[in-house]
Amino acid sequence: MSKIKTENVNVYYGSKQALFDVSVDIAEKEVTALIGPSGCGKSTFLRCLNRMNDVIEICRVEGSIKMDNLELNSRKLDVVRLRENVGMVFQKPNPFPKTIYENVAYGPTIHGIAQSKEEMDQIVETSLKKAALWNEVKDRLDEIGTGLSGGQQQRLCIARAISVSPEVILMDEPCSALDPIATAQIEELIDDLKKEVTIVIVTHSMSQAARVSQKTGFFHLGKLIEFGPTDKIFKNPDNQQTQDYITGRFG
Amino acid sequence: MNSFKKNLLKKRYNAERRFQWYGKIAIGLALSFLTVFMFQIFSKGYSAFQKTWIVTEVHYDKELLLIDAESPSKDDLENADYYDVAYKAMTSLDPGLPEEEDRQLIQMVSYKYEAEVKDLLLKNPDYLGKIVPIKLTASDDVDQVHKRNYPRDIPEENRRVNDYQLQIYDMLNERGDILSEFNISFFTSPDSREAELAGIASSFMGTVFSILVCLAFSFPVAVLAAIYLEEFAPKNKFTDFIEVNINNLAAVPSIVFGLLGLGVLLAVFNLPRSTPLVGGITLSLMTLPTIIIAARASLKAVPPSIREAALAMGASNMQTTMHHTVPLSMPGTLSGTIIGLAQALGETAPLILIGMVAFVNTIPGTPVDPAASLPVQIYIWSESAERGFVEKVSACIMVLLAFLILMNLAAQIVRHKFEKKWS
Repeated sequence: MSKIKTENVNVYYGSKQALFDVSVDIAEKEVTALIGPSGCGKSTFLRCLNRMNDVIEICRVEGSIKMDNLELNSRKLDVVRLRENVGMVFQKPNPFPKTIYENVAYGPTIHGIAQSKEEMDQIVETSLKKAALWNEVKDRLDEIGTGLSGGQQQRLCIARAISVSPEVILMDEPCSALDPIATAQIEELIDDLKKEVTIVIVTHSMSQAARVSQKTGFFHLGKLIEFGPTDKIFKNPDNQQTQDYITGRFG
Repeated sequence: MNSFKKNLLKKRYNAERRFQWYGKIAIGLALSFLTVFMFQIFSKGYSAFQKTWIVTEVHYDKELLLIDAESPSKDDLENADYYDVAYKAMTSLDPGLPEEEDRQLIQMVSYKYEAEVKDLLLKNPDYLGKIVPIKLTASDDVDQVHKRNYPRDIPEENRRVNDYQLQIYDMLNERGDILSEFNISFFTSPDSREAELAGIASSFMGTVFSILVCLAFSFPVAVLAAIYLEEFAPKNKFTDFIEVNINNLAAVPSIVFGLLGLGVLLAVFNLPRSTPLVGGITLSLMTLPTIIIAARASLKAVPPSIREAALAMGASNMQTTMHHTVPLSMPGTLSGTIIGLAQALGETAPLILIGMVAFVNTIPGTPVDPAASLPVQIYIWSESAERGFVEKVSACIMVLLAFLILMNLAAQIVRHKFEKKWS
């Protein structure tokens, strides 16, 4: 079932066009990987899905982006509500310089999800457990989040993202700053999370895309070259450019 | 290695060694200037923290005090006539002195000696009728002689202390009746025309009130302006124009702000002249750009990833700013504020223009009472001819420097203790 459907999305940074007519269907409770060389527009596309491009003043998005038939690319859309439903994990772990507890509790607090302290404790615990971080931090929830290791910080960011029970989580190269062990932990986590949430992940590592995703989209120079089941993209792509990129002939 | 390469290498090492020496010499020069400056001030000023007293005996004679009552009340003591008692206390130092010469003795103590005689009895009513020793504030001339700041070998007609007075001084000093104690009144007394009585209480309080008023006006305005400009305002020609002008404002000479205070606060709004309220507002105009620039710089230093994290969690712009960016920028903003205030603390010119240079011999209790300020006090005293004021100027500078060092220390502590380090 389709969760997010985009049609002819064009993105401009000032006069420079960054995305050209991107139309894609992102399926519910699946992992969709976006791959492609640097500067191909995959992160720009990802940021369209929770309107993070709003932050960039010169950025302009055209076209239709629908989530469950709700038009996201509209002035009337309440971005705050949207971002409650669409969480995001960034390339570099960016926990707030606050305690581990406060990091996870921030979203539920501003969105008024927990009614009581007990409920909040519960949310924090569940989120940290889902992010496979609970056992490591349960005795030091009042320590500063930025004091954790890189991999732990990234899992804390994932716990923070899932604390408001979003329907979609966007991940922008979540493992690029991590070592292989931390990367493996995050990938395992992604596998678990997809039972409940739709995940869109941008990655530079093709092996990661192959390991974690069900669908893969290949971007090149702002165009979505090919989109399809991961198996097919990696084993038998229709497009020659995809074939070249996958086999490492360019990119 | 051939000789050309060897030479080149040697040259490079020599160049580096030379450069390091230049740096060391520069630092040495700066330090020696500072040392000379500090030595100047301390060697001149430390004696101001000592006060000289002349000890004599006073006879609280009921007849001379014109007290009739058998057991006089507090009011009787208050209204008694102390002139003769005090006069006798001084002239008893040299009973052989002809009456027409007695001024020479009286001049050796401060003109408030009569009040001091009165105060002692008011504090100890049982001294009535008795002969008791009393400490009287020495005049600034005797004070300076005692501190060896006054040359004794110049001709008598050029001296403010004549030979007779020196003779009396030497006699008292030998008897141990010249006391030198810590000068509490320097910190508790307001300004005075008499160097031995002058203190920094009124200017210190004036400075404190001015700084508080300055903080109250400039901090909220500057922080709000900085937050709006940095976090909410669109970036366009107009905001660029504002930014340039704020930077220009920081470079405006302070006397111009003084004229503004004079022309607007005093002339248009009719605020009370010579008060810390007006001084503080005038100084806040100066501090404003400093705080805005510091606050904007520290807002800018908050990594964008924190803003993105908050926005991606669904925080509104306002929440992102108030929950994350502003708290994280506060240490930098606060230390910038303290440094701005420290600058304002040392300002003299604008305060002179708004009348805080007036001679104030009361201690202000509120920001709307007339007051001086420490730097202006330095200026006022430095214009006084009496030798007694020379050490006061240096002592006042020491107090001001201590104040400044404390504030800068506070700024450093705030910065280092609370600032987040971004890895």
